[in-house]
Amino acid sequence: MAGTASAFAIELREAGKAFGEVVALTGINLVVPRQSRVGFVGPSGGGKTTLLRIVAGLLESDTGLVRVEDATTARQRLAHCALMPQRDLLLPWRTALDNAAIAVENRGASRAEARRRTRPLFERFGLASFENARPAQLSGGMRQRVSFLRTLMAEKNVLLLDEPFGALDSITRAQLQEWLVQAMDAVPRTVLLVTHDIEEALLLSQRVVVLSQRPGRVVRVLEAGHGFGGSRREIVTSPEFVSLKEQALEALGS
Amino acid sequence: MSDAAREAAQEATRGHAQDSTGDGGLDSATPARSTPALSPIRRYGPPILITLAAVGLWQLILPLAHVPEYLLPAPSEIAAGMKADWPVLEPALLITAWEILLGFVIAVAVGVGLAVLLHLVPVVRRAVYPLLIGSQTVPIVVLAPILVILFGYGIMPKLVIVALICFFPIVVNGIDGLRSVDGELINMMRTLDASRWAIFRRVEFPAALPSIFSGMRIAATFASIGAVFGEWSGSNQGLGYVMLAATPNLLTARIFAAIVFLTLIALALFGAVSLLERICVPWAPKRNSR
Repeated sequence: MAGTASAFAIELREAGKAFGEVVALTGINLVVPRQSRVGFVGPSGGGKTTLLRIVAGLLESDTGLVRVEDATTARQRLAHCALMPQRDLLLPWRTALDNAAIAVENRGASRAEARRRTRPLFERFGLASFENARPAQLSGGMRQRVSFLRTLMAEKNVLLLDEPFGALDSITRAQLQEWLVQAMDAVPRTVLLVTHDIEEALLLSQRVVVLSQRPGRVVRVLEAGHGFGGSRREIVTSPEFVSLKEQALEALGS
Repeated sequence: MSDAAREAAQEATRGHAQDSTGDGGLDSATPARSTPALSPIRRYGPPILITLAAVGLWQLILPLAHVPEYLLPAPSEIAAGMKADWPVLEPALLITAWEILLGFVIAVAVGVGLAVLLHLVPVVRRAVYPLLIGSQTVPIVVLAPILVILFGYGIMPKLVIVALICFFPIVVNGIDGLRSVDGELINMMRTLDASRWAIFRRVEFPAALPSIFSGMRIAATFASIGAVFGEWSGSNQGLGYVMLAATPNLLTARIFAAIVFLTLIALALFGAVSLLERICVPWAPKRNSR
């Protein structure tokens, strides 16, 4: 089996999932190198979220093999992955800092200890002075930042981001995309990112996997590289970027 | 779970919808979603005014209608009765208030405990929930004399009756609150290394608190009924006993005085629960009407 350390953090072989009659995913083959970022785009209802849940170990694949590090069963995979859901799902009875620190507490640290370990990241990622704010007092963008830090503080090798900015307006979204790239560069992890926004996928990840309409399968894998430099405006208008975007749109069948 | 159980649960609930997890929201910094606080006058003025108006009307109309005092005493006569009968009413008031408070506390302890147990152990929930519903179809009124036979004339049967009436809305609301937590939130917690206990402690229980308090507020209004039933079924003290003893003597003003005190006890309990809720659940949306 996968006893030896593989170069790939995540490996899917012929993975698939059906819910009753509805086939959400079928024949998914994919390898994800360690500390790389892979974006998934596809039509809604195309099984993107299901794919993340399978990798996370919240669901088991019906077929084939799903491996994260050395874990092949759903229960084992759960220990390697942290999931950031689309809605921030911050707990209203906890402060921003305590929300971000919850994974540390879950691992057995006292609340004071969890705070102490989370605070540096808070300051590093532009949330200083918001430690004691309640989620209801934060803007949507700030809430997503806290939500991401909470995922980061789980100290897992694999981060699974499910439409992290789906509920934000486009200006905040652009700001957060930049913020996220910086955060991910600073604290490198293997990242799977689900989004319905091709541009977002291309900006945030090195490879973009295009999934089909249900039953979801891989239609196309685009190497986005990270050769993009310069401002966001320069990037999104550069010929390479535009060409990649066209290829993705074509693969999506539009 | 049976449909009947579901319906009963839903009927007993309807406190607040679980909007604890927020709505994603746009980027406008939303200040806490409380409505602007009303000034004390605007808040307490209307209910006080309407009460005063009703009492005043009652006071004015009675003499015109020539209703004898033993049928319906005027508010002034009730007030006079409260003063004259204070030596009788005071110990009765203290006893009944004590029965209500103690019975209510027992109901909260048993109700919350049972809700948690039933939530955490699905087998127990399936086994016990139908019995729980069934227990509520037995009229407490007929149980009261049996409890008196069992426990005698002391405080015990009153506590049991108060607790029996009060624990049900707390259990049902509690279970509902514990179950209504967003499944996505629980999934996320599982990927953040949360054990079953951690999910309960950090997510489910705090999320259920507003529902539990809804149940407690409903229960607070039932508690005085339970205590009076208990006293009517067999006792030699308490407001219920005072009312029972006053009836054959046509001391109607005294009965009304006892009713006023009972109402005040229930209101005080309701207020105490609301205050406790504001302390324990500071994140809940504020309700001006209460």
